Amino acid sequence: MTTKDDSPPNPDAQSEGKKAGEAAKWVALMIRVRDHRDRTAFAALFGHFAPRIKGFLVRSGADVSTAEECAQDVMTTLWRKADQFDPARASLSTWLFTIARNRRIDLLRRENRPEPQELPWGPEPEPDQAEVISLQQETRQLGKAIATLPPAQRDLIEKAYFGELTQSEISRITGLPLGTIKSRLRLALDRLRHTMK
Amino acid sequence: MPIKHHLHEPTLLAYATGNLPEAVNLVVAAHVSLCDECRALAETFDTVGGALLEETAAVGLEQDSLDRALARIETEAPAPRAPVSPGTLPAPVQAYVGGDLSAVKWRPVGMGVKQALLPTSDTASARLLLIPAGAAIPDHSHSGQEFTLVLQGAFADEEDRFARGDIEIADDKVHHQPVADIGEDCICLAVTDAPLKFSGWLPRMVQRFVGI
Repeated sequence: MTTKDDSPPNPDAQSEGKKAGEAAKWVALMIRVRDHRDRTAFAALFGHFAPRIKGFLVRSGADVSTAEECAQDVMTTLWRKADQFDPARASLSTWLFTIARNRRIDLLRRENRPEPQELPWGPEPEPDQAEVISLQQETRQLGKAIATLPPAQRDLIEKAYFGELTQSEISRITGLPLGTIKSRLRLALDRLRHTMK
Repeated sequence: MPIKHHLHEPTLLAYATGNLPEAVNLVVAAHVSLCDECRALAETFDTVGGALLEETAAVGLEQDSLDRALARIETEAPAPRAPVSPGTLPAPVQAYVGGDLSAVKWRPVGMGVKQALLPTSDTASARLLLIPAGAAIPDHSHSGQEFTLVLQGAFADEEDRFARGDIEIADDKVHHQPVADIGEDCICLAVTDAPLKFSGWLPRMVQRFVGI
Protein backbone atom coordinates (compact mmCIF):
# COMPACT_ATOMS: atom_id res chain seq x y z
CA MET A 1 0.00 0.00 0.00
CA THR A 2 1.34 3.40 -0.90
CA THR A 3 0.40 6.82 0.39
CA LYS A 4 0.73 10.19 -1.25
CA ASP A 5 2.18 12.90 0.90
CA ASP A 6 1.66 15.94 -1.30
CA SER A 7 -1.14 18.28 -0.31
CA PRO A 8 -4.14 18.48 -2.62
CA PRO A 9 -4.68 21.58 -4.76
CA ASN A 10 -6.97 24.07 -3.09
CA PRO A 11 -8.99 25.94 -5.73
CA ASP A 12 -11.54 27.36 -3.31
CA ALA A 13 -9.45 28.77 -0.50
CA GLN A 14 -12.18 30.99 0.86
CA SER A 15 -14.70 28.21 1.36
CA GLU A 16 -11.97 26.01 2.84
CA GLY A 17 -11.09 28.74 5.29
CA LYS A 18 -14.73 28.92 6.30
CA LYS A 19 -14.97 25.18 6.84
CA ALA A 20 -11.76 25.10 8.88
CA GLY A 21 -13.25 27.96 10.90
CA GLU A 22 -16.34 25.80 11.41
CA ALA A 23 -14.17 22.93 12.67
CA ALA A 24 -12.47 25.34 15.10
CA LYS A 25 -15.95 26.39 16.25
CA TRP A 26 -16.77 22.79 17.20
CA VAL A 27 -13.53 22.64 19.19
CA ALA A 28 -14.48 25.84 21.04
CA LEU A 29 -17.94 24.41 21.86
CA MET A 30 -16.33 21.20 23.01
CA ILE A 31 -14.02 23.12 25.38
CA ARG A 32 -17.12 24.79 26.84
CA VAL A 33 -18.65 21.37 27.42
CA ARG A 34 -15.42 20.18 29.02
CA ASP A 35 -14.70 23.16 31.25
CA HIS A 36 -18.17 24.52 32.01
CA ARG A 37 -20.51 21.56 31.39
CA ASP A 38 -22.33 23.93 29.03
CA ARG A 39 -25.63 22.38 27.87
CA THR A 40 -26.24 24.96 25.15
CA ALA A 41 -22.87 24.08 23.64
CA PHE A 42 -23.78 20.40 23.92
CA ALA A 43 -27.08 21.00 22.12
CA ALA A 44 -25.27 22.77 19.26
CA LEU A 45 -22.82 19.87 18.91
CA PHE A 46 -25.70 17.40 19.07
CA GLY A 47 -27.55 19.21 16.29
CA HIS A 48 -24.59 18.96 13.95
CA PHE A 49 -23.06 15.60 14.78
CA ALA A 50 -25.86 13.31 15.98
CA PRO A 51 -27.62 13.10 12.55
CA ARG A 52 -24.27 12.36 10.87
CA ILE A 53 -23.43 9.67 13.40
CA LYS A 54 -26.86 8.17 12.85
CA GLY A 55 -26.24 8.28 9.08
CA PHE A 56 -22.84 6.63 9.54
CA LEU A 57 -24.36 3.80 11.60
CA VAL A 58 -27.24 3.23 9.18
CA ARG A 59 -24.75 3.07 6.34
CA SER A 60 -22.74 0.56 8.43
CA GLY A 61 -25.66 -1.83 8.62
CA ALA A 62 -27.55 -0.77 11.76
CA ASP A 63 -31.33 -0.43 11.56
CA VAL A 64 -32.74 3.06 12.03
CA SER A 65 -33.88 2.72 15.63
CA THR A 66 -30.62 1.08 16.71
CA ALA A 67 -28.70 3.84 14.94
CA GLU A 68 -30.76 6.44 16.80
CA GLU A 69 -29.98 4.85 20.19
CA CYS A 70 -26.36 4.50 19.24
CA ALA A 71 -26.02 8.13 18.16
CA GLN A 72 -27.47 9.03 21.56
CA ASP A 73 -24.86 6.82 23.25
CA VAL A 74 -22.04 8.41 21.27
CA MET A 75 -23.16 11.94 22.16
CA THR A 76 -23.55 11.04 25.85
CA THR A 77 -20.04 9.61 25.72
CA LEU A 78 -18.90 12.99 24.37
CA TRP A 79 -20.39 14.54 27.51
CA ARG A 80 -18.86 12.01 29.91
CA LYS A 81 -15.42 11.81 28.33
CA ALA A 82 -15.06 15.46 27.32
CA ASP A 83 -11.73 15.78 29.13
CA GLN A 84 -10.22 13.01 26.99
CA PHE A 85 -10.68 14.94 23.76
CA ASP A 86 -7.35 16.38 22.60
CA PRO A 87 -7.80 19.05 19.87
CA ALA A 88 -4.05 18.99 19.17
CA ARG A 89 -4.34 15.39 17.96
CA ALA A 90 -7.84 15.03 16.53
CA SER A 91 -10.67 17.07 15.11
CA LEU A 92 -13.99 16.58 16.87
CA SER A 93 -15.34 14.58 13.92
CA THR A 94 -12.30 12.26 14.17
CA TRP A 95 -12.84 11.72 17.88
CA LEU A 96 -16.55 11.05 17.40
CA PHE A 97 -15.78 8.68 14.54
CA THR A 98 -13.64 6.53 16.88
CA ILE A 99 -16.41 6.43 19.50
CA ALA A 100 -19.06 5.56 16.90
CA ARG A 101 -16.85 2.87 15.35
CA ASN A 102 -16.26 1.21 18.73
CA ARG A 103 -19.96 1.38 19.52
CA ARG A 104 -20.71 -0.24 16.16
CA ILE A 105 -18.33 -3.13 16.86
CA ASP A 106 -19.87 -3.59 20.29
CA LEU A 107 -23.36 -3.51 18.87
CA LEU A 108 -23.17 -5.41 15.59
CA ARG A 109 -20.51 -7.96 16.54
CA ARG A 110 -21.01 -8.09 20.32
CA GLU A 111 -17.26 -7.80 20.69
CA ASN A 112 -15.01 -5.77 22.89
CA ARG A 113 -12.70 -3.44 20.99
CA PRO A 114 -9.22 -3.25 22.57
CA GLU A 115 -7.85 0.30 22.48
CA PRO A 116 -4.18 1.33 22.77
CA GLN A 117 -2.92 2.32 26.18
CA GLU A 118 -3.58 5.99 26.93
CA LEU A 119 -0.48 8.11 26.75
CA PRO A 120 0.76 8.76 30.30
CA TRP A 121 -0.19 12.44 30.01
CA GLY A 122 -3.65 13.80 29.36
CA PRO A 123 -4.53 16.40 26.76
CA GLU A 124 -2.91 19.72 27.60
CA PRO A 125 -5.46 21.99 29.33
CA GLU A 126 -4.58 24.88 27.01
CA PRO A 127 -3.38 23.43 23.72
CA ASP A 128 -1.44 25.71 21.40
CA GLN A 129 -4.07 27.50 19.29
CA ALA A 130 -1.97 27.66 16.13
CA GLU A 131 -1.49 23.90 16.31
CA VAL A 132 -5.17 23.25 16.88
CA ILE A 133 -6.09 25.40 13.87
CA SER A 134 -3.49 23.76 11.62
CA LEU A 135 -4.78 20.34 12.57
CA GLN A 136 -8.38 21.36 11.78
CA GLN A 137 -7.26 22.79 8.42
CA GLU A 138 -5.32 19.68 7.51
CA THR A 139 -8.26 17.51 8.46
CA ARG A 140 -10.47 19.60 6.15
CA GLN A 141 -7.94 19.27 3.35
CA LEU A 142 -7.84 15.53 3.85
CA GLY A 143 -11.64 15.37 3.60
CA LYS A 144 -11.54 17.41 0.45
CA ALA A 145 -8.79 15.28 -1.09
CA ILE A 146 -10.86 12.17 -0.43
CA ALA A 147 -13.96 13.78 -1.91
CA THR A 148 -12.12 14.45 -5.15
CA LEU A 149 -10.66 10.95 -5.58
CA PRO A 150 -11.81 8.92 -8.58
CA PRO A 151 -15.24 7.45 -7.70
CA ALA A 152 -14.06 3.81 -7.70
CA GLN A 153 -11.28 4.53 -5.24
CA ARG A 154 -13.44 6.72 -3.03
CA ASP A 155 -16.09 4.02 -3.01
CA LEU A 156 -13.55 1.44 -1.82
CA ILE A 157 -12.37 3.68 1.02
CA GLU A 158 -15.93 4.39 2.11
CA LYS A 159 -16.76 0.70 2.08
CA ALA A 160 -13.76 0.00 4.30
CA TYR A 161 -14.87 2.61 6.82
CA PHE A 162 -18.48 1.42 6.75
CA GLY A 163 -17.27 -2.06 7.63
CA GLU A 164 -18.08 -3.67 4.31
CA LEU A 165 -14.64 -4.99 3.31
CA THR A 166 -12.61 -8.02 4.32
CA GLN A 167 -8.98 -7.68 5.37
CA SER A 168 -7.67 -8.83 2.02
CA GLU A 169 -9.89 -6.34 0.19
CA ILE A 170 -8.56 -3.61 2.47
CA SER A 171 -4.98 -4.55 1.61
CA ARG A 172 -5.74 -3.58 -1.99
CA ILE A 173 -6.51 0.03 -1.06
CA THR A 174 -3.70 2.27 -2.28
CA GLY A 175 -2.99 5.94 -2.69
CA LEU A 176 -4.87 7.32 0.31
CA PRO A 177 -4.18 11.07 0.18
CA LEU A 178 -3.00 11.32 3.77
CA GLY A 179 -1.44 14.75 3.30
CA THR A 180 0.59 16.17 6.14
CA ILE A 181 -1.52 14.77 8.98
CA LYS A 182 0.64 11.73 9.65
CA SER A 183 3.86 13.70 10.10
CA ARG A 184 2.04 16.25 12.29
CA LEU A 185 0.66 13.52 14.56
CA ARG A 186 4.07 11.83 14.69
CA LEU A 187 5.74 15.10 15.73
CA ALA A 188 3.05 15.77 18.33
CA LEU A 189 3.76 12.38 19.93
CA ASP A 190 7.52 13.05 19.84
CA ARG A 191 7.10 16.42 21.48
CA LEU A 192 4.89 15.01 24.22
CA ARG A 193 7.34 12.20 24.96
CA HIS A 194 10.18 14.70 25.30
CA THR A 195 8.13 16.97 27.57
CA MET A 196 7.58 13.98 29.82
CA LYS A 197 11.27 13.12 30.20
CA MET B 1 15.88 0.42 21.81
CA PRO B 2 13.79 1.72 18.92
CA ILE B 3 11.17 -0.64 17.55
CA LYS B 4 12.32 -2.19 14.28
CA HIS B 5 9.46 -4.46 13.31
CA HIS B 6 6.12 -2.75 12.73
CA LEU B 7 2.59 -3.54 11.70
CA HIS B 8 1.76 -3.32 8.00
CA GLU B 9 -0.28 -0.36 6.84
CA PRO B 10 -3.28 -2.41 5.68
CA THR B 11 -3.52 -3.98 9.14
CA LEU B 12 -3.61 -0.53 10.75
CA LEU B 13 -6.21 0.58 8.23
CA ALA B 14 -8.31 -2.51 9.00
CA TYR B 15 -7.91 -1.69 12.71
CA ALA B 16 -9.05 1.91 12.22
CA THR B 17 -12.03 0.84 10.13
CA GLY B 18 -13.06 -1.85 12.60
CA ASN B 19 -12.64 -4.81 10.25
CA LEU B 20 -10.40 -7.06 12.37
CA PRO B 21 -11.34 -9.94 14.69
CA GLU B 22 -11.12 -9.11 18.40
CA ALA B 23 -7.87 -11.03 18.99
CA VAL B 24 -6.14 -9.23 16.12
CA ASN B 25 -7.47 -5.90 17.42
CA LEU B 26 -5.83 -6.82 20.73
CA VAL B 27 -2.36 -7.40 19.29
CA VAL B 28 -2.63 -4.22 17.21
CA ALA B 29 -3.69 -2.20 20.28
CA ALA B 30 -0.81 -3.73 22.25
CA HIS B 31 1.80 -2.90 19.59
CA VAL B 32 0.43 0.63 19.10
CA SER B 33 0.66 1.11 22.89
CA LEU B 34 4.44 0.67 22.55
CA CYS B 35 5.06 2.17 19.10
CA ASP B 36 4.56 5.87 18.32
CA GLU B 37 5.22 5.31 14.63
CA CYS B 38 2.24 2.99 14.30
CA ARG B 39 0.17 5.11 16.70
CA ALA B 40 0.61 8.12 14.42
CA LEU B 41 -0.48 6.09 11.41
CA ALA B 42 -3.49 4.60 13.24
CA GLU B 43 -4.57 8.11 14.29
CA THR B 44 -4.10 9.26 10.69
CA PHE B 45 -6.52 6.57 9.52
CA ASP B 46 -8.91 7.70 12.27
CA THR B 47 -8.68 11.18 10.74
CA VAL B 48 -9.85 9.74 7.42
CA GLY B 49 -12.81 8.26 9.29
CA GLY B 50 -13.56 11.67 10.81
CA ALA B 51 -13.48 13.27 7.37
CA LEU B 52 -15.92 10.63 6.07
CA LEU B 53 -18.19 11.11 9.08
CA GLU B 54 -18.29 14.83 8.33
CA GLU B 55 -19.40 14.07 4.75
CA THR B 56 -21.86 11.30 5.64
CA ALA B 57 -25.45 11.97 4.61
CA ALA B 58 -27.27 12.94 7.81
CA VAL B 59 -30.25 10.82 8.85
CA GLY B 60 -33.01 12.76 10.63
CA LEU B 61 -33.30 12.24 14.36
CA GLU B 62 -36.45 11.40 16.23
CA GLN B 63 -38.32 14.44 17.42
CA ASP B 64 -37.51 14.08 21.11
CA SER B 65 -33.91 13.07 20.43
CA LEU B 66 -32.19 16.14 21.86
CA ASP B 67 -34.49 16.24 24.89
CA ARG B 68 -33.71 12.63 25.69
CA ALA B 69 -29.98 13.26 25.33
CA LEU B 70 -30.21 16.28 27.61
CA ALA B 71 -32.12 14.19 30.15
CA ARG B 72 -29.47 11.49 29.95
CA ILE B 73 -26.52 13.79 30.53
CA GLU B 74 -28.23 15.12 33.68
CA THR B 75 -27.57 11.75 35.27
CA GLU B 76 -24.26 10.86 33.61
CA ALA B 77 -21.17 11.52 35.70
CA PRO B 78 -17.91 12.31 33.92
CA ALA B 79 -15.93 9.14 33.19
CA PRO B 80 -12.53 9.20 34.88
CA ARG B 81 -9.52 8.56 32.66
CA ALA B 82 -8.46 4.95 32.88
CA PRO B 83 -5.41 4.89 35.15
CA VAL B 84 -2.30 3.81 33.27
CA SER B 85 -0.37 1.32 35.35
CA PRO B 86 2.87 0.76 33.52
CA GLY B 87 4.03 -2.81 33.51
CA THR B 88 5.35 -5.54 31.27
CA LEU B 89 1.91 -5.98 29.73
CA PRO B 90 0.44 -2.97 27.89
CA ALA B 91 -2.93 -1.78 29.26
CA PRO B 92 -5.13 -3.50 26.62
CA VAL B 93 -3.48 -6.85 27.44
CA GLN B 94 -3.76 -6.22 31.18
CA ALA B 95 -7.50 -5.75 30.65
CA TYR B 96 -7.75 -9.35 29.36
CA VAL B 97 -5.44 -10.81 32.01
CA GLY B 98 -6.90 -8.90 34.94
CA GLY B 99 -3.53 -7.44 35.90
CA ASP B 100 0.12 -7.45 34.92
CA LEU B 101 2.42 -10.50 34.59
CA SER B 102 1.86 -11.70 38.15
CA ALA B 103 -1.85 -12.21 37.36
CA VAL B 104 -1.24 -14.49 34.33
CA LYS B 105 -2.47 -18.06 34.84
CA TRP B 106 0.22 -19.99 32.96
CA ARG B 107 -0.26 -23.56 31.82
CA PRO B 108 2.70 -25.66 30.74
CA VAL B 109 2.62 -26.87 27.13
CA GLY B 110 5.86 -28.87 27.21
CA MET B 111 9.61 -28.27 27.05
CA GLY B 112 9.40 -25.43 29.54
CA VAL B 113 7.11 -23.38 27.33
CA LYS B 114 3.99 -22.02 29.02
CA GLN B 115 0.93 -20.34 27.63
CA ALA B 116 -2.19 -18.54 28.75
CA LEU B 117 -5.16 -18.24 26.41
CA LEU B 118 -6.90 -14.88 26.49
CA PRO B 119 -10.70 -14.74 26.29
CA THR B 120 -11.44 -13.15 22.92
CA SER B 121 -14.16 -14.04 20.42
CA ASP B 122 -13.33 -17.23 18.54
CA THR B 123 -12.82 -15.69 15.08
CA ALA B 124 -9.11 -15.55 16.01
CA SER B 125 -7.19 -16.55 19.11
CA ALA B 126 -4.80 -14.74 21.41
CA ARG B 127 -2.39 -16.28 23.88
CA LEU B 128 0.53 -15.19 25.99
CA LEU B 129 3.59 -17.39 25.53
CA LEU B 130 6.50 -17.77 27.93
CA ILE B 131 9.62 -19.25 26.38
CA PRO B 132 12.44 -20.02 28.85
CA ALA B 133 15.65 -18.07 28.27
CA GLY B 134 17.74 -19.75 25.61
CA ALA B 135 15.05 -22.27 24.67
CA ALA B 136 13.62 -22.89 21.25
CA ILE B 137 9.90 -22.85 20.85
CA PRO B 138 8.69 -25.91 18.97
CA ASP B 139 9.10 -25.81 15.22
CA HIS B 140 5.74 -24.84 13.87
CA SER B 141 4.16 -23.63 10.71
CA HIS B 142 1.10 -21.51 10.40
CA SER B 143 -2.20 -21.64 8.69
CA GLY B 144 -3.47 -18.15 8.23
CA GLN B 145 -1.73 -15.13 9.69
CA GLU B 146 0.14 -15.05 12.95
CA PHE B 147 1.29 -11.99 14.86
CA THR B 148 3.89 -12.37 17.62
CA LEU B 149 4.52 -9.29 19.75
CA VAL B 150 7.48 -9.40 22.13
CA LEU B 151 6.68 -8.00 25.59
CA GLN B 152 9.76 -9.16 27.52
CA GLY B 153 13.15 -10.55 26.50
CA ALA B 154 13.79 -11.21 22.84
CA PHE B 155 13.81 -14.00 20.30
CA ALA B 156 15.56 -14.60 17.04
CA ASP B 157 14.64 -16.86 14.17
CA GLU B 158 16.53 -17.73 11.00
CA GLU B 159 16.09 -14.24 9.66
CA ASP B 160 15.86 -11.63 12.36
CA ARG B 161 15.83 -10.59 15.99
CA PHE B 162 12.76 -9.32 17.85
CA ALA B 163 12.81 -7.41 21.16
CA ARG B 164 10.17 -5.64 23.28
CA GLY B 165 7.64 -3.87 21.07
CA ASP B 166 8.73 -5.66 17.88
CA ILE B 167 6.01 -7.58 16.09
CA GLU B 168 6.68 -10.54 13.86
CA ILE B 169 4.12 -11.16 11.15
CA ALA B 170 4.14 -14.65 9.70
CA ASP B 171 1.81 -16.10 7.14
CA ASP B 172 1.31 -19.68 5.99
CA LYS B 173 4.47 -19.64 3.89
CA VAL B 174 6.74 -19.27 6.93
CA HIS B 175 8.15 -22.32 8.67
CA HIS B 176 10.31 -21.11 11.49
CA GLN B 177 11.96 -21.96 14.77
CA PRO B 178 12.41 -18.96 17.02
CA VAL B 179 14.92 -19.17 19.89
CA ALA B 180 14.64 -17.00 22.99
CA ASP B 181 17.64 -14.86 23.97
CA ILE B 182 19.76 -16.25 26.79
CA GLY B 183 19.33 -13.15 28.98
CA GLU B 184 15.81 -13.67 30.31
CA ASP B 185 12.60 -15.57 29.68
CA CYS B 186 10.80 -14.31 26.61
CA ILE B 187 7.16 -13.33 26.90
CA CYS B 188 5.11 -12.76 23.77
CA LEU B 189 1.55 -12.09 22.79
CA ALA B 190 0.78 -14.47 19.93
CA VAL B 191 -2.35 -14.04 17.87
CA THR B 192 -3.45 -16.26 15.06
CA ASP B 193 -6.55 -16.49 12.96
CA ALA B 194 -6.09 -20.29 12.75
CA PRO B 195 -4.67 -22.92 15.14
CA LEU B 196 -0.88 -23.37 15.17
CA LYS B 197 0.39 -26.56 13.58
CA PHE B 198 3.39 -27.98 15.42
CA SER B 199 5.50 -30.36 13.37
CA GLY B 200 7.27 -32.40 16.09
CA TRP B 201 5.57 -35.44 17.70
CA LEU B 202 5.79 -34.14 21.29
CA PRO B 203 4.22 -30.78 20.61
CA ARG B 204 1.50 -32.46 18.57
CA MET B 205 0.62 -34.59 21.58
CA VAL B 206 0.66 -31.48 23.74
CA GLN B 207 -1.53 -29.79 21.18
CA ARG B 208 -4.16 -32.47 21.70
CA PHE B 209 -4.02 -32.09 25.47
CA VAL B 210 -4.35 -28.35 25.69
CA GLY B 211 -6.46 -27.80 22.64
CA ILE B 212 -4.17 -25.49 20.72
